[in-house]
Amino acid sequence: MAKLILSMDNLVLKEIPLNKERTTIGRKASNDIQIDNLAISGEHAVIVTILNDSFLEDLNSTNGTFVNGQQIKKHFLQNNDVIELGKYRLKYVNETPVPASQADFDKTMVLRPDMMRKAAEQAGAKPPEAARAPMMPSVDMNPPIAAAAPKPAPAPEAASAALLGAIQVLNGSNAGKTLELVKSLTTLGKPGVQVAVIARRPHGYFLTHVEGAKFPAVNGVAIDTQAHELKDHDVIELAGVKMEFFFKP
Amino acid sequence: MTKIDLSDVIEMATCSDPGQVRTNNEDSVLANPQLGLAVLADGMGGYNAGEVASSMATAVLGCELEHAFEIHPPHQLSGDGRTWANAALIDRVAKTNAAIYHAAISNTKYNGMGTTLVMVQFFDNRMAVAHIGDSRLYRLRDGELSQVTHDHSLLQEQIDSGLITPEQARFSQNKNLVTRAMGVDADVDTELAEHAVLPGDIYLLCSDGLNDMVEDEEIALTLSSLSANLPLCAQQLVDMANDSGGRDNVSVILVKIKQPFPAPEMTSGWKERVQSWFS
Repeated sequence: MAKLILSMDNLVLKEIPLNKERTTIGRKASNDIQIDNLAISGEHAVIVTILNDSFLEDLNSTNGTFVNGQQIKKHFLQNNDVIELGKYRLKYVNETPVPASQADFDKTMVLRPDMMRKAAEQAGAKPPEAARAPMMPSVDMNPPIAAAAPKPAPAPEAASAALLGAIQVLNGSNAGKTLELVKSLTTLGKPGVQVAVIARRPHGYFLTHVEGAKFPAVNGVAIDTQAHELKDHDVIELAGVKMEFFFKP
Repeated sequence: MTKIDLSDVIEMATCSDPGQVRTNNEDSVLANPQLGLAVLADGMGGYNAGEVASSMATAVLGCELEHAFEIHPPHQLSGDGRTWANAALIDRVAKTNAAIYHAAISNTKYNGMGTTLVMVQFFDNRMAVAHIGDSRLYRLRDGELSQVTHDHSLLQEQIDSGLITPEQARFSQNKNLVTRAMGVDADVDTELAEHAVLPGDIYLLCSDGLNDMVEDEEIALTLSSLSANLPLCAQQLVDMANDSGGRDNVSVILVKIKQPFPAPEMTSGWKERVQSWFS
């Protein structure tokens, strides 16, 4: 279950579990989290929790609510976000416990009307565990390619080879032209006549015949229906065009 | 009545894989290009009850609809103005739901089992689409990919009510919670819609094992690049899901519409038949 760690000047004051649908924060005693300080409004902010997700909302407070230095009106809380109210810090901690088996993660489940309440009850009943490894869904992801700015974890990145491949045309009117194989699929050839595709996968680049009576050739030998892994400096021949595949340094 | 045969105008390909993490495959697919029917189900439940639920869905529906369209053709209108395709889909899905539900409650091993459903019946230059849960139908037309079905999931409801944006949804911890499923209750609420179909259209039915692992742009690129080779296209989609982690079973059915398929003319009345004797 998610929780907040309240601190001021780096001194931890208390830990607050998010076991209610609405957790209010403010100066008045009626709040779930009461912070007795004039910089905090009577009703400053609220955290709405729906199963495993929490949303922070500022309630038109005088001095505003900030998350990781940015003022927010409404914010979808992520693990380790730091909420700032005046001089107080509330760190949002949501470490999904490691499931019984890896395979339980991502299982589709039916949400029945009574489940929301049950899930909250179950979450409250779980004994606090000393050390739980954060379950980050991207644990088995390949690192994103250099150019892309690092994105926050969970959603999977398009998996691609660590090295960037390219093809250079060797004959005909386009001789000398180079094409970088950035996309996950690059189609070559003439639709309706002969088409092949170069697929960019985590473990390399693969050439596969798509359509046409004739199959493409690599280094003079026609490939079969299976995907053919391309090696540095392989020469591909397709629809009369010869091109060299190479990895960019 | 002549048996329906759309196999010349509609091409289908399927691929279903347990993924990189799970040991068994609880997805089930059925492609019947002759009848113009495609059914995909993503099962859930303890042990391998999910496999039982999803394979019941595809097998029972495949059989039931084949018989239903031997009685009347799909385009025939009933008294209330609905097509027989619509009526048959709703009715047979309800029947299949009851079958799965009864299996679930009468067998402790199968308690709580259920399955999502997405299915398409092609007829008369259109399609009837029935779905329950978060398995999806996409359409690629003129190079543009669009999602035809609307997920029945907690996440989708949050997006619909403006609570989170689709971009934020990617980071939600509440993925994979469906609000509707087959086999979990005696009654089921099937969402049904009819859409026009054009030659050149490519349709993709898939379980969330695909769209949770692969972005829509990548799906669109794959469908556009490999539409000439449907089996290769299906395999590539599954490979992409596995390359990105393959955390769930992944299944796809691809359908390509090659030509128009208007319904045969309705048999004429007695006057026309008498006239035709004399001509």
